[in-house]
Amino acid sequence: MDLQIALLLGQDGIVNGAIYALLALALVLVFAVTRVIFIPQGEFVAYGALTLASFQAGHAPGTLWLLLALGVAVTLIDAPASLRLGKGRLARLLGWQIVYPFVIAALVLGAEPKDWPMLLQVALALAIVVPLGPQLYRLAYQPIAEASVLVLLIVSVAVHLALVGLGLLFFGAEGSRTPAFSDASIDIGGLTITGQSLWVVGASAVLIVALYFFFERSLYGKALRATAVNRAGARLMGISTTLAGKLTFLLAATIGALSGILIAPITTVYYDTGFLIGLKGFVGAIVGGLASYPVAAAGAVLVGLLESFSSFWASAFKEVIVFTLIIPVLVWRSLTTHHVEEDE
Amino acid sequence: MKLKMKSLLAVMLVGVAGAAFADINVGVVVSATGPAASLGIPEKNTFALMPTSIGGEKINYIILDDETNPTTAVKNTRKHLTENKVDVIVGSSITPNSLAMVDVVAEAETPMIAMAASAAIVDPVDAKRKWVFKTPQNDVQMSTAIIEHMTTAGIKSVAFIGFADAYGEGWYREFSKIAEARKLQIVANERYNRADTSVTGQVLKIIAAKPDAVLVAGAGTPAALPQKTLKEKGYKGAYYQTHGVANKDFLRVCGKDCEGTLLPAGPVLVAAQLPADNPIKKVASDYVAKYEAAHGKGNASTFGAHAWDAGILLQNAIPVALKKAKPGSKEFRVALRDALEGLKNVTVSHGIVNMSPTDHLGFDQRARVMVRVENGDWKLLK
Repeated sequence: MDLQIALLLGQDGIVNGAIYALLALALVLVFAVTRVIFIPQGEFVAYGALTLASFQAGHAPGTLWLLLALGVAVTLIDAPASLRLGKGRLARLLGWQIVYPFVIAALVLGAEPKDWPMLLQVALALAIVVPLGPQLYRLAYQPIAEASVLVLLIVSVAVHLALVGLGLLFFGAEGSRTPAFSDASIDIGGLTITGQSLWVVGASAVLIVALYFFFERSLYGKALRATAVNRAGARLMGISTTLAGKLTFLLAATIGALSGILIAPITTVYYDTGFLIGLKGFVGAIVGGLASYPVAAAGAVLVGLLESFSSFWASAFKEVIVFTLIIPVLVWRSLTTHHVEEDE
Repeated sequence: MKLKMKSLLAVMLVGVAGAAFADINVGVVVSATGPAASLGIPEKNTFALMPTSIGGEKINYIILDDETNPTTAVKNTRKHLTENKVDVIVGSSITPNSLAMVDVVAEAETPMIAMAASAAIVDPVDAKRKWVFKTPQNDVQMSTAIIEHMTTAGIKSVAFIGFADAYGEGWYREFSKIAEARKLQIVANERYNRADTSVTGQVLKIIAAKPDAVLVAGAGTPAALPQKTLKEKGYKGAYYQTHGVANKDFLRVCGKDCEGTLLPAGPVLVAAQLPADNPIKKVASDYVAKYEAAHGKGNASTFGAHAWDAGILLQNAIPVALKKAKPGSKEFRVALRDALEGLKNVTVSHGIVNMSPTDHLGFDQRARVMVRVENGDWKLLK
């Protein structure tokens, strides 16, 4: 192993680590605000990438029908309550859950997104996949928002299995790739850096900074943080925990779908790819104790690097090495932090 | 998906209950969901194209999905045997599942036709495997084809990268054995996972070993990743893939990076290019035409053809067995097994089958061809 190989492996590890870092942040965020261990996080990666790939192949993606179906389901459940709360509330519900999905559907089926510029295709893919987050929260998690972490985890597993199954139905068993955002590549001392890997690292960095400002500077961000620190207290201060939940899932879905769109040109994405990527993000999040954002991001980059180097030295044991990392981390965390009983 | 399978099953069960007992029940186990779905789905689709009566008897194909899970495969097999009273089992799509089913069918003394590749499913033919037959070519036949092609092309050293599962391990075992005998040096042996997003580490190691050729032992679209990464990192040698990639999706995902790739495959892959005097051509083209009429042009795959071949074996064996016993009885199952073992010169879409008490696959070298990827399509090598 010479320096050049080490540099190439390091580069590869950082690009993968950047994606894991985004997912780790989303997992920490969802857990902090709603106490949900969001196993379906990875499915948004696959949905984002494959929805974009469907446009490029000239198909209408199956996620579109899911968006319509979930919209109708949410409307049926929420209509009576919002009727009582006034016309404005009902109009907003219908606007978001019925009109919006149908407008998107008309756009996908009417116009030919196949010939659109890449950026518009990405925007359309996000417009389909991202609303699935809040819809899932409304249908699966909101009714049991006060349940124990274990119950929420079990529901997460169920949602994950349902979404993977739907993914197979929508996109088939074989994977897809999308063209790169840019074909440019930079040569630095014999080390070639592709434009796409710069996109991944750059976009991840921008997202992380944007999240920082969102949480530090905006009212909604502060409301989310307040909910994360103390649910009951936040509620007493007039912060709606339901809104906080939906907003969190919106962010998590955005991060997931964007990650998928970023990696689709680098690797083949399958309907079930997301789970493993999400799991590695989860290892990163565990390093941060499911609480600290910077440590989670650093942990995720560590996972990426570890993965890259172990695939060089002992490719057959790569996953074993990556997931074994969790054991010393858990030991270290349980020795250095004192356990706080969950209040139920 | 599962719900759909269940309702499908329910409909079929109603059909079974309503029909006379003389119907022949074929219990199918496929991996229609999970990691092997790209094999299981075309197989499942193929059963819908099969004849609904053989030798004047009505045939019921009862399809269960094993989710690419050996435990579920065994559970489904037991269900077929006890509840559906099947006369023969067809399945499953992959080796671990099929191996797990061998014990169950042997215990129930019911013949089984596997659609998975490993030779271990039918070899050696012992007290248990007596009941088991299979349609896909053995890995060893395919490995020999690759190594023959490599040695004629003057390749001296080769790097191996395969799935970190039974498929990759099985290929490495067979390939390394024959390579050693033929003085072909294996300079790197790497593994990766189907769902991996990067194989840079493995690829760098392969390039550092400077092999004349690389063999990628993967199935379906995941086999494209090592080849794309090798191309990206500037590897200039020859590329070989296995017959596991023989579907359209692989070509779609791999694109121009796969031009010139060599692989062994069943003749059905290039049915239209086979010479007119090859008897396989008619059977293979017939399957491709039927499948594509139902599921769109270019969608027929060699995996679905394995299921089709199992159907052809049954169409030849069932009339023989019907002369000896009535379906639904133990005698019929024994007669069917004997009939399957006695099949001679049966042309299927993947080759020509000559079964014997020691060979429950029955293929010879006519069951494989070498194929090159040219202009985004498969091209038969003469």
